[in-house]
Amino acid sequence: MPRQLRVVLAEDGVLLREGLIGLLARFGHEVVAAVGDAEALRAAVAAHEPDVVLTDVRMPPGFQDEGLRAAVALRAERPGLPVLVLSQYVQRDYAADLLDSGDGSGVGYLLKDRVGQVEEFVDALDRVAAGGTVVDPEVVRQLLRRRRDPLAALTPREREVLALVAEGHSNGEVARRLVVTEAAVGKHIGNILAKLDLPPAEDTHRRVLAVLAYLQA
Amino acid sequence: MEARDVWQAVVLRPRRYPFGGWPWRAGGYLASGVVAGAVACAVLLVLLVASLLVAGIPLLLFGGVALGGPERLRLRLVDRRPAPDPHRVPGEPGLGAWVRVRAGEGATWRELAYGLLLATVLWPLDALVLAVALGVPGALLAAPVLLAADGHETKVLKTVLVTSYPPALAAALLGALLLVALAYPLGLYAACRGALARTLLSPSPPDGLGEVIASRARLVDAFEAERRRIERDLHDGAQHRLVALTMTLGLARLDAPPDGPLAERLARAQEEAGQVLAELRELIHGIHPQVLADYGLGPALADAADRTAVPVDTDLAGLPRLPAAVESAAYFTGREALANADRHSGASRARLAARHDGRVLVLTVEDDGRGGADPARGSGLTGLADRLAVLDGTLTVTSPPGGPTVLRVEIPCRVSSASSSPRTASSSARD
Repeated sequence: MPRQLRVVLAEDGVLLREGLIGLLARFGHEVVAAVGDAEALRAAVAAHEPDVVLTDVRMPPGFQDEGLRAAVALRAERPGLPVLVLSQYVQRDYAADLLDSGDGSGVGYLLKDRVGQVEEFVDALDRVAAGGTVVDPEVVRQLLRRRRDPLAALTPREREVLALVAEGHSNGEVARRLVVTEAAVGKHIGNILAKLDLPPAEDTHRRVLAVLAYLQA
Repeated sequence: MEARDVWQAVVLRPRRYPFGGWPWRAGGYLASGVVAGAVACAVLLVLLVASLLVAGIPLLLFGGVALGGPERLRLRLVDRRPAPDPHRVPGEPGLGAWVRVRAGEGATWRELAYGLLLATVLWPLDALVLAVALGVPGALLAAPVLLAADGHETKVLKTVLVTSYPPALAAALLGALLLVALAYPLGLYAACRGALARTLLSPSPPDGLGEVIASRARLVDAFEAERRRIERDLHDGAQHRLVALTMTLGLARLDAPPDGPLAERLARAQEEAGQVLAELRELIHGIHPQVLADYGLGPALADAADRTAVPVDTDLAGLPRLPAAVESAAYFTGREALANADRHSGASRARLAARHDGRVLVLTVEDDGRGGADPARGSGLTGLADRLAVLDGTLTVTSPPGGPTVLRVEIPCRVSSASSSPRTASSSARD
């Protein structure tokens, strides 16, 4: 059973904000502050020191990408702060900016539709809070349609593996989904890291770098 | 305020004028004018002879058109304002269509008049002004050097005999002062010369037409504002409620007995809602892509390239943030061109490039398809050409049968002040 999380929620739509508070409460998580704009979000994080931030991209006053900007700024101040961003845009630029922020771990970029898959959504929030990286499958799918370097060097199977890693899955989960052994997945990941010229470093960090390379390709 | 042409440079900043770049530009304009005029004169003589054999007549008539482009380019030396090409783009490919359109345009005949003037009167006049403004001070400045070279004497300006250094140095000093003083008439002559060139080669639309353009600009602005309003309404309204609906359905699924008919129906309903959401998201993206407002033209075009079925090579590096109207017009034109490459051309590959050189945004879309595209026949590009025209932009499409199709958009514009945001730098560096 995942631990109980203290969540700061930023969403300007009342309907969704109230719904999310109820949804999270049902899974034992506590929304310690629910706010409606980016400035209030930053104040709430300073006041409550939450376990995870859940925020919308588009918020008052400009209704552009204030929420995402606030998330990036928050992670610049507190690199380890887990942030899950909910978005209406299938666009790599938003996700890439988010993954560039802080130390690259404990971030997630999900389409808002995913809140309907209640259990998967809460699971993604848990993974982000635990330092994982989650990128929406739809964004990943859009990236897969790109035919540009540096991913051209990867085999189709290696791309599949990288796509699942980008979605935030562990080696074991990737192995289960592709119906191969975990050792095979480890070998694929080794090849991917080598082909993307990622320097030997601590393993989870390299995984994040691989995902970044993927997003920025 | 920066001077936009040599006239303003002389009149607004008279004290700074001789020491800046403008006298050089004026001199360069006249010197290149002498070269261009001499060449035009020679070509004119050859063509006049050839006209006796009839073959030269069409070349003579359309010679002005060939001269117009380089002359408009040269005009930038003394006049930084854009000098748009006054010619229309022929509605269909082929030499016949080109000749018909050109022959019917006033611009063609104005260019011919300018060409004749340049070849006969203007270039000797340019040469004379240059000779007086630079030659006389130059000869005076050279006096000490010539004296030193000769050792005994030199004749300044072929009139005054100088035999010692003090008068020679005085002559040089006078030359320097004269050089500065004559820079003013030089600049003013170049300004008049430039104004004449602009009048004939790139006339501004008459007052009535200006009003039409202004009203068209208002229409385009209103259209753009309406698009944004619709996008915002959909985002805040339908999209928001649908997300809330799928969440409610998701929670209901948790409460329904698992594997029962209710759970199955709820799952179905949720799937439907999810599809509606996905369609709505695409619709909103089509009306007004938020990535354009948040990240600018480069990332938005890269995104459009991603969504094209035909593989697209992109070259969008280093695009700065530009005025919203320019970004929007360029984006929608690029997207329409990519869609045409996808739908009609049978292309196997396309290329999308955009760059901004500080003054003009140039966007090109090429595909290796079968060509023969006709912009006049409702390909969606005609409406976009109107939007571009409001921004003083131009759209040219070349698409000979057999391909390749090349679409080129040029919009004169300055970098928008928003470009200082670090986000733009990081995101455009990514492409």
